Amino acid sequence: MFGWIGKILRIDLSSGTIKTEDLKKDDLRNYIGARGLGTKIFTDEVDAKVEPLSVENKIIYMTGPVTGTAASSGGRFNVVTKGLLNGTIAASNSGGSFGPELKFAGYDGIIIEGKSAKPVYISINNDEVEIRDASEIWGKDVVQTTDMIKAETDDEAKVSCIGPAGENLVKFACIMNEYNRAAGRSGVGAVMGFKNLKGIAVRGSGGIKVADPDGFMQAIVDARSKLKAHPVTGQGLAAYGTNVLVNILNTHGGLPVKNFSEAAIFPNAEKISGEYQAEKYLVRNKGCFGCPIGCGRVTKISQGKYKGFGEGPEYEATWVFGANLNIDDFEAVSKANFLCNELGMDPITLGGTISCAVEMYEKGLIPQDDMETPMRWGDCDMLVEMTRKTAYREGFGDKLAEGSYRLAESYGHPEFSMSVKKQELPAYDPRGQQGIGLEYATSNRGGCHVRGYMTSPEVLGIPVVVDPDATEGKPELLKIFQDLTGLCDSAGICLFTTFAIGLPEISEQVRTATGLKLTDEEFLLAGERIWNLERLFNLNAGFSKDDDILPPRLVEVPMADGPHKGRVTELDKMLPHYYEIRGWDENGVPTGEKKSELGLS
Amino acid sequence: MMCSFVHTKEFNPVRSRISVFNFEKVGFSTPIVCQQCSVAACMEVCPVSAISRDEDTGAMRVNHDVCLRCKMCTIACPFGATIYDPVSDIITKCDLCGGDPVCVKYCPSGAITYAEPAPANVGRRRDYAEKFKAVYEEVI
Repeated sequence: MFGWIGKILRIDLSSGTIKTEDLKKDDLRNYIGARGLGTKIFTDEVDAKVEPLSVENKIIYMTGPVTGTAASSGGRFNVVTKGLLNGTIAASNSGGSFGPELKFAGYDGIIIEGKSAKPVYISINNDEVEIRDASEIWGKDVVQTTDMIKAETDDEAKVSCIGPAGENLVKFACIMNEYNRAAGRSGVGAVMGFKNLKGIAVRGSGGIKVADPDGFMQAIVDARSKLKAHPVTGQGLAAYGTNVLVNILNTHGGLPVKNFSEAAIFPNAEKISGEYQAEKYLVRNKGCFGCPIGCGRVTKISQGKYKGFGEGPEYEATWVFGANLNIDDFEAVSKANFLCNELGMDPITLGGTISCAVEMYEKGLIPQDDMETPMRWGDCDMLVEMTRKTAYREGFGDKLAEGSYRLAESYGHPEFSMSVKKQELPAYDPRGQQGIGLEYATSNRGGCHVRGYMTSPEVLGIPVVVDPDATEGKPELLKIFQDLTGLCDSAGICLFTTFAIGLPEISEQVRTATGLKLTDEEFLLAGERIWNLERLFNLNAGFSKDDDILPPRLVEVPMADGPHKGRVTELDKMLPHYYEIRGWDENGVPTGEKKSELGLS
Repeated sequence: MMCSFVHTKEFNPVRSRISVFNFEKVGFSTPIVCQQCSVAACMEVCPVSAISRDEDTGAMRVNHDVCLRCKMCTIACPFGATIYDPVSDIITKCDLCGGDPVCVKYCPSGAITYAEPAPANVGRRRDYAEKFKAVYEEVI
């Protein structure tokens, strides 16, 4: 095959059986790969009503057809499962080189089923696939685990694993790849921990062929030259990483402060900015497999109590441990971020949960007796200590490990959880950006910005400049963004490329790599099909229109100050129209007509 | 990757003649490629004189018709840059693409250049050594 390898591994941890299977041709055409194909296989095989922590739930690692090639930033893969944090379809996307290495070993993906009776890891070296004992490794952090698995397999193996947070079933544990890259959101790491699967090591020596070598060469040169020429992908992300957004969002008046409880302007934003990081702490930038953008941050805190070395913090972590906790100490923010990498947790949900706890404590809604030490705004030591305690479920960390919604609900005030469908919101106050509010409400995995990144047009003016305060036109624009993202994620291409390239460039790379005879419009339709498939899974799992909402604060309490002073997110003005243009009925259910148009039944 | 694609029509780092060694833990990568040595160990060790220098480019070339596949050259190369490709059953190494290297052409950051060796490069040696020193200091 071209692009795809055509084979998938199926590993049953209960029985210990390992099989290889061929991918289904129709699925490739309709769902492309990675997020789309993984979700198709998952929804075919797993009942939407299964418990996330059950023998019946599966974990699917899936690459895309251009993963592992010289496509524009084609190093991505997805981990698909029913997420523990909120029970939506989870497709957590990761860079690095684990995905490419899996293809070099001869597999597009891995389906993991059942549950092992004792801790194990999976070793893949081309055709040799084994389930191995991990009892000595269990309990170790991500760095130790990766080192130990490499020592037992191959020093050049790419290792994907969980840390203590995944073992301890922290609701937002992630899967860490090659020490520092993460399949971050939705608690996929806890599903792995429940299955007693500590990690996967992969080493491969095979290659990936493409259908039209000359055409593919032209397509990747075209896409890569556009990435190089664009100020965001060619300069900004390499120089300052995603933290280039701190000052931009702050100037925009959209950088959430103190759990979204104040005006979205952080007075000390400069001290947690990408520019500050680059000047004081950046060792170098780093790219994932085959990536010319190189947004990754290798950061070192040389001295002091937060001394440390690692990757990140990225914009989301910097915001949530910084402005959202009223902390302006970049060293403490970095330390908490490094701990998240080492212990295997999603910083967005962790920070959102700590912020929620601090606000509730300061308002007297959580009694002092429940905490070992008071949790207050701006307390750096508290942040670092509670990060560690959460991973091990120690003391109050046991409550934080449940995420902000369950925490706030247990004290009778779920409204203080800044989450959608129990997944914590990222670093954009939707009162300053109407479109991102609609994205939060409709994202198929709950509070999430990377399914339809409306900040690009609303704040950065890419690819079109739109009024961030307008609601008109936002549903239409968001639909295109969500569908295109579905395609991009399924191809195996990094979303960050879409600052500079769009549908024609992504389609042409997939077309020439695979030989799929699809028009650009048909590729975009695949993105829409994937979006609807995810929606149908969530509806079958029990979600409804009533879950397409935002926290009350964001739709009721006007922004206190700044360029968007007085505004709330006008979700009610956008959501019905969004359903309409999606071809969904007034309850947000895809109509029969839409389903047959997309070939979903 | 461009190297393996152009030479083997597939993307496969194992078959690439230039490889990037990645120190994952410290986030540092360094390329390894044939140095086209003046006194070339691969050429010296070859029992059938299958390796010779290309007069135009200066690249060490392998004559696959003569080569025994004994792989002595892969052992002799101090850089590990002479490799055996099991798929096509040949010894491969950087051939400078006949004077127009694709790795240079497609390097997104311009990190690889193709230039004449400078006669006096003490300064460059110092710069290069400084980089290793800096990397070492970063991690201790």
